[in-house]
Amino acid sequence: MTDDIILEARGLTKEFKGFVAVKEVNLQVRRGTIHALIGPNGAGKSTVFNLLTKFLTPTRGQILYKGKDITRAKPADIALMGLVRSFQISAVFPHLSVLENVRVALQRPLGTSFHFWKSESTLHELHQRALELIEDVNLTPWAYHLAAELPYGRKRALEIATTLALDPEVMLLDEPLAGMGHEDIEGTAALIKRVAASRTVLMVEHNLSVVAHLSDTITVLRRGEILAEGPYDVVSRNAQVMEAYMGTGGGAGHA
Amino acid sequence: MTAASQTTNQAAPKTATVALRGPDAGTARTALLFAVGLAVAGAAPFALYPVFVMKVLCFALFACAFNLLIGFAGLLSFGHAAFFGGAAYVTAHSVKVWGLPPEAGLLLGVLAGAFLGLIFGVIAIRRQGIYFAMITLALSQMVFFMALQMKFTGGEDGIQGVPRGVLFGIFDLTQPLTMYYAVLAIFVVGFALIWRTVHSPFGQVLKAIRENEPRAISLGYRTDRYKLVAFVLSASLAGLAGGTKALVFQLASLTDVQWQMSGEVVLMTLLGGMGTLFGPVVGAGLVVTLESYLAATSLPVPVVIGAIFVVCVLLFRRGIVGEILARLPGAR
Repeated sequence: MTDDIILEARGLTKEFKGFVAVKEVNLQVRRGTIHALIGPNGAGKSTVFNLLTKFLTPTRGQILYKGKDITRAKPADIALMGLVRSFQISAVFPHLSVLENVRVALQRPLGTSFHFWKSESTLHELHQRALELIEDVNLTPWAYHLAAELPYGRKRALEIATTLALDPEVMLLDEPLAGMGHEDIEGTAALIKRVAASRTVLMVEHNLSVVAHLSDTITVLRRGEILAEGPYDVVSRNAQVMEAYMGTGGGAGHA
Repeated sequence: MTAASQTTNQAAPKTATVALRGPDAGTARTALLFAVGLAVAGAAPFALYPVFVMKVLCFALFACAFNLLIGFAGLLSFGHAAFFGGAAYVTAHSVKVWGLPPEAGLLLGVLAGAFLGLIFGVIAIRRQGIYFAMITLALSQMVFFMALQMKFTGGEDGIQGVPRGVLFGIFDLTQPLTMYYAVLAIFVVGFALIWRTVHSPFGQVLKAIRENEPRAISLGYRTDRYKLVAFVLSASLAGLAGGTKALVFQLASLTDVQWQMSGEVVLMTLLGGMGTLFGPVVGAGLVVTLESYLAATSLPVPVVIGAIFVVCVLLFRRGIVGEILARLPGAR
């Protein structure tokens, strides 16, 4: 595993009308690793996430992607650079079929996205690739259903398939396991592990236990600041982290 | 249209076993409905007053253009009268004063709609929801006051006595039936373009934006540009409807650019079913029919239409066609 940094935040700060949501966060995501960003509610995880993906503009600080400053880039642009995010609330296109959901992500490289005079059938060449991606996340029986009809866990799987369709170098997953039942958590965690084999994953999660065996590096946030960072064994023994997590910290150690 | 449905059918067999609903059941139904509608429209002038049917067709095209924006891009414009009326003035002026043939007048009308649409779009597109609607309303009011003040629009009188002329140098539009079939052809072209747009690679992105804009952005789509193209397309088609209307009634007036006109097209689209292809046509037909029947009675037209609208919104929010589609098995 190479040790170079693919995504880096320097002194990242975000203030909302005087309230400091994120304060001086320095984050380094190494290429090819699974990096988890965890913390209790209101710790600023999602804000950091939105800053990194350009959905929010930082008040201060710098974001570097592959050594390039992307602090002022637009969200659509960083997606084209290979930095693709998911959303906390499942991000599917509900009234498109599962196949169309994935196909939307695949169709941009065809260069016909503005061609309103062309037939939809010109997109059919993408179906094979789309169905492969759907197969990858075990959604084949649902391929022609509307995304709105899928149960929650399957929507998350569809979201991952759509994100994978862009073949991103870095996948940013916002609470990919939140709200899932036990049966879905294992499957989705395995899926994340599998797709991370060839790319970098940065994920935001609520619970330490969930990411324990999934992540190479864990960064713990509290009140907008970094509390601890390192592999699970180190982080879970950190006194401050145990305190911040109270019961859950102990539970995590047990898991 | 048949060619398109054939190609999709060829791609289908592999999927048919997996799918409960094939991807092209809707296409086949649309083609059938379209054929039936076309046959009815073709026979209509022999049963009904042609000018009345032409009015329905003009408004149906206008509503379809509006629906392209709200139904497939999720943008509520409250200023579409500017494109409809603006184009009506331009077509009327170029035909009457400059003596251009009707096809050139219509083309200029479409360009006027597109140009206004581009200006509106560039200003409004970054705003969401009610702000978008308010900006389009404000801009269309500016167009209205320009129409009121400028010389060429004829102020309160409008441009009257617009000659219909000879289309492409062959079709004498002063003949009522020729005019009628020309309007029907224009409608079919406009409708076909909308159908194509909805079922195009662009239409797919547009639907994705309507469904979940942040997600579309995160997939690398610069959504503002797609929305702008949709806005200009919609404005151009509204312009085509307005220009055609000016030729049919031989008149362009302030009624066409007034904000009530923007409201009326919203009403037609919602009544018929927004986001459905045929809904705006049904809605336009209904509203125009009601207006002309009620005009002969002593009932206050806006009150009756308003009441019908309220009942519709309360009872079937998807609109007439939307509600029918929702109850059909396997409908989308």
